[in-house]
Amino acid sequence: MSKIVVCRCEDVTLADLEHSVARGYHDIEEVKRYTGFGTGPCQGKECVAVVACALARLTGAAPATVPPFTSRPPLAPTPLRWFVRDPAAHRFADDRGDDADDGAAPATDEEA
Amino acid sequence: MEGGNVIDEHGPAGAPTLARAPLPPRAEYVVIGAGVMGLSIAYHLARRGVTDVVVIDRGYLAEGASGRNGGGIRQQWSTELNIRLMQQSVELCRRFAVELGVNVWFRQGGYLFLARTAAEVQRLERNIALQNRCGVATRMLDAGAAGDIVPELSLDGVVAAAYNPTDGILFPWPFLWGYARQAAALGVQLHTHTPVVRIDAGTTGYRVHTPRGEVVARRLICAAGAWTPEVARMIDVEVPTWPIRHEICSSEPLKPFLKPMVSELSSGLYCSQSMRGEIVGGVTVPGHGSTYSMASTLEFVATYARRLVRLMPRLGDVKILRQWAGPYDCSPDGNPILGAPPEHPDFYVACGFVGHGFMMAPVIGKLYADWLTGDAPHEIFQRSTLARFRDGAGAGDKEDFNIG
Repeated sequence: MSKIVVCRCEDVTLADLEHSVARGYHDIEEVKRYTGFGTGPCQGKECVAVVACALARLTGAAPATVPPFTSRPPLAPTPLRWFVRDPAAHRFADDRGDDADDGAAPATDEEA
Repeated sequence: MEGGNVIDEHGPAGAPTLARAPLPPRAEYVVIGAGVMGLSIAYHLARRGVTDVVVIDRGYLAEGASGRNGGGIRQQWSTELNIRLMQQSVELCRRFAVELGVNVWFRQGGYLFLARTAAEVQRLERNIALQNRCGVATRMLDAGAAGDIVPELSLDGVVAAAYNPTDGILFPWPFLWGYARQAAALGVQLHTHTPVVRIDAGTTGYRVHTPRGEVVARRLICAAGAWTPEVARMIDVEVPTWPIRHEICSSEPLKPFLKPMVSELSSGLYCSQSMRGEIVGGVTVPGHGSTYSMASTLEFVATYARRLVRLMPRLGDVKILRQWAGPYDCSPDGNPILGAPPEHPDFYVACGFVGHGFMMAPVIGKLYADWLTGDAPHEIFQRSTLARFRDGAGAGDKEDFNIG
């Protein structure tokens, strides 16, 4: 029997969605958590519409009533070091003042 | 936390865990809140033979703090009561997968608390002495020994560390599925998407109103976490807890390298590596006050990145995939509130765990059910009354290790 993959990052199949719905987990947020779909590198950009359509079909819900799950920042996978010198970061009492050798992204105007 | 293809095939084949039936007209117990605390109480009530239990929740399963926490579970606490409770909870977690039929990805890699000042070292030493007396094998390490456990650490400024190898991490969501599924199999009804809009206190119980109908409870258990004050206020009970937004994030998956949960006392930074390989962690960003907002902020992710890359420079190129937030349920003395107030002897609360309710829920749910079904109340219930905030008596020992 062939597999229909609905989320390529996490290898979630249509059968996984059917299993989730059979358990009573219909809400797209519950399905995300129960199957893991949308939790990989694409964060749902490739799979959320496919899954929403499948859920509408599996549950009999009108497609307009199946919203995407809450999208989370960042927009794309982002290296930690890009944030290191961001002026938004809280500075604790023991924070070093010297950012020179931390390998961070280029200094902002504020810190340059 | 992360998803996965979870196997929970124990129990009746094909039976849905979540009820789609109307609310029943009455129930022995109505539990408000299908988070880990409410589900643990409901499951343990059912295990004790009390199956006329209805659990209702305003949102989806895992919408609140139970679905948003970092999955840490530790016995390194500063009061004897919390240490002993968490020893029991760790034991319950060790057996959870077998008993509840679901993989919770529990991993005892230890907890490593890093101290950067003499005052922090003293605090750890005091706690370790108490933990050792309780039978928890926490030990003090110098910076070099901490580096032996986590070679990626930058030890610059680290003075010492407390390490207990039997602390660990778990994957929060399957705890909810496991408790929910087994409670449902025993006869408990679970109703998500069922917000409580009004509660009428009457002589025969509490009439709980929802958009999906009403149910009269002989006894009402409020396990609504940070939202407890809103529910309690419906019957004019004031609960002095407040919500604080706590943010957290998850990275791309990495080859397993990080054994313990690492936490830094000076910033409240913590991070661990999940069984899927992601680095999951957070940091305490001070000064935002009481809020139910679960918005994500740049301030958080920037602060986390700054502290984490300082502590483990090799993680600088690791990519963040996702950040989110959940509410810490804060209490005035850092200790929980349990039991019923004198004027409402059939209205029980379970709140005020200050961000650590998840790890406490396995043992608290069991002790709660034991008490409600006739056992003498565990000491935690005598220590954790709502009345302590009214008569000024206080809770006794103040917990000072609500880290991260």
